[in-house]
Amino acid sequence: MALSASRFMAILNKEFIQMRRDRMTFAMMIAIPIMQLLLFGYAINSDPRHLPSLVEVHESGPFSRSFISAMRISTYFDFRGTVANAEEADHALKSGRAAFVVTIPENFERDIIRGRRPSLLVDVDASDPATAGAAASALSLIAANTVQDLAIGPLRYLQTEPEAFDVIAHKRYNPAGKTSYNIVPGLLAIIISMTMVMITAIAIVRESERGTMETLLATPARAPEVMLGKIIPYVLIGYVQTLVFFFLAFLVFGVPFEGRALPFLIGLNLFILVNLALGFLYSTIAKSQMQAMQMSFFYMLPSILLSGFMFPFAAMPGWAQAIGTIIPTTHFIRIIRKVMLKGAGLADIAPDLRALVIIVTVVTIIAMLRYRRTLD
Amino acid sequence: MNDTANVIEVSGLSKSFGDKKVVDDFAISVPKGAIYGFLGPNGSGKTTTIRMLCGLLTPDAGTGSCLGYDILGQSDMIKEHVGYMTQKFSLYSDLTIRENLDFMARMYKVPNRRSKIDEALKDLGLHNRSGQLAGELSGGWKQRLALAACLLHKPDLLLLDEPTAGVDPKARRDFWDEIRRLSDNGVTVLVSTHYMDEAIQCHNIAYIAYGRKLIDGPAKAIPDMVGLHTWRVEGPDLAELEQRLRDLDGVEQVARFGSALHVSGADRAALREALEPLLENTAWQWTEQPAGLEEVFIHLMAGSTDNFAGAEA
Repeated sequence: MALSASRFMAILNKEFIQMRRDRMTFAMMIAIPIMQLLLFGYAINSDPRHLPSLVEVHESGPFSRSFISAMRISTYFDFRGTVANAEEADHALKSGRAAFVVTIPENFERDIIRGRRPSLLVDVDASDPATAGAAASALSLIAANTVQDLAIGPLRYLQTEPEAFDVIAHKRYNPAGKTSYNIVPGLLAIIISMTMVMITAIAIVRESERGTMETLLATPARAPEVMLGKIIPYVLIGYVQTLVFFFLAFLVFGVPFEGRALPFLIGLNLFILVNLALGFLYSTIAKSQMQAMQMSFFYMLPSILLSGFMFPFAAMPGWAQAIGTIIPTTHFIRIIRKVMLKGAGLADIAPDLRALVIIVTVVTIIAMLRYRRTLD
Repeated sequence: MNDTANVIEVSGLSKSFGDKKVVDDFAISVPKGAIYGFLGPNGSGKTTTIRMLCGLLTPDAGTGSCLGYDILGQSDMIKEHVGYMTQKFSLYSDLTIRENLDFMARMYKVPNRRSKIDEALKDLGLHNRSGQLAGELSGGWKQRLALAACLLHKPDLLLLDEPTAGVDPKARRDFWDEIRRLSDNGVTVLVSTHYMDEAIQCHNIAYIAYGRKLIDGPAKAIPDMVGLHTWRVEGPDLAELEQRLRDLDGVEQVARFGSALHVSGADRAALREALEPLLENTAWQWTEQPAGLEEVFIHLMAGSTDNFAGAEA
């Protein structure tokens, strides 16, 4: 059995030529490592800082001002403004506008000076334990330091153990800090975007690959007929996936469903639609089933990493957040977490619904413009 | 559309893919009920032309009508009345025979779908195999199924792109019987083929090579139109004779037909003069005969310019 160097070289050469011609595979091979390095290296931050915070002020004085300023300096918290009452605070947490709401009670300063050890309430959105954890644990340290700095001169007597005031962190939505509460709802978004995009893209590209597209195009079928006819079966698959998901979420993970069905269903249908439209768009670009598959995977990576599914969205740098914002998965993850864990209503998820509507419109327009009813 | 108008009437049709001009300034007039043969070597632009006629490709240039509808703006109307059979089997191989027919019948909104399909299955002789996957059929059966599928909606025009490629002779003969029967019933047929025995059965023939139409006319008139003269020779040592003939002035083409050679040239007198010394040799039997279609096409091929020369193979 003789090995031939020239045969080997011939094959090697052929492979290189094929690789060069198959630009998609080539681009993927280059882009995936780059993307992974960038994402894992920079975008993913398990010690989230600059979390959106609000303050509910019932009284203002040196201690409370100093405490807020110390929170800000810690870089864990970004104060975005004030809320007037508990209801407003509640809404801000539910809609995701704030991850923390600091409530400074009435007579806070006086009670400190009188040594009554008043409590400072911090409401924490704990639906994502990773976001809440580190920042919440930094709070008591900040409180102690605040007292140290101000307890000078006549107030020196406040420098005692225990501290002059308490910080009560009130973990909302996920008091036990179960990571599964955060991950499981997001999984529905990941499952749908992983399968819907790929299945649709492949189903359409398969027609061209097998030559059946020629028969299909030779018939008088119109574009919307083809598009709807191909997409609707997959909408049904999306529903089945959702049912399976809830079955497991309740029975295996015991994740509660706090919200109502309507906001969830609106979000779900919109999200399924976005993914099918994306799949359709990919099918107008991909030339083979293989390429369609590659493109779907290429889309999956940012969907998992930048959507807030695995890592806190607020902790990502600006550019990563910007990419995350144009990914539909990001918005559906927010919707489902808010509805399932926080019992959010339509008003709370309105910004995310709006984003999905914009994305689906843009994608559908591009897909329709690209769709050719000829073989050109 | 009245009966005297041509079913297909196009001119100036051109199409390029990249910098390759695949169809160049193509014109054709196909009368109603005709069987129009479309001949030419592989890659000559037959498929591209057919695809432009039924709206699958947009021509770069050219105008015309198909069944009275404009080929540029009314391809949806054309598609409803055309039966198109692709070169490659392009029904769904993962659907059964019946499911394929049902799909096509639905696409063309065929009335009384069920009975039409049953009828088609009986005609095909596939009634008891209707649940079989189309992908499992042999080449001949696939081709018959494809024809049945594109006839379901009773089209006025059939565009058949090399329908008999890779089909056995018996199936080919049956296929052509069906084509003639359809033509007798007023269906116009445009069929591309490589086979000369099929070309002879066409009423008209258009021959294209390298994207250009070289000749177009009634099948019987084609040899006269080309003006080719042929001598047939039989006898011993034909291979050696073939070599000698090729070098003679006045001989343009020597082609082997079974146990004979066909020697052809455009100038009848020059051909005779060139052959004169050999005609006296009694070892060979020489007969002058009218040029056949095949000689004509070989002749046309030799004379056509290769506009793909230099392009990547």
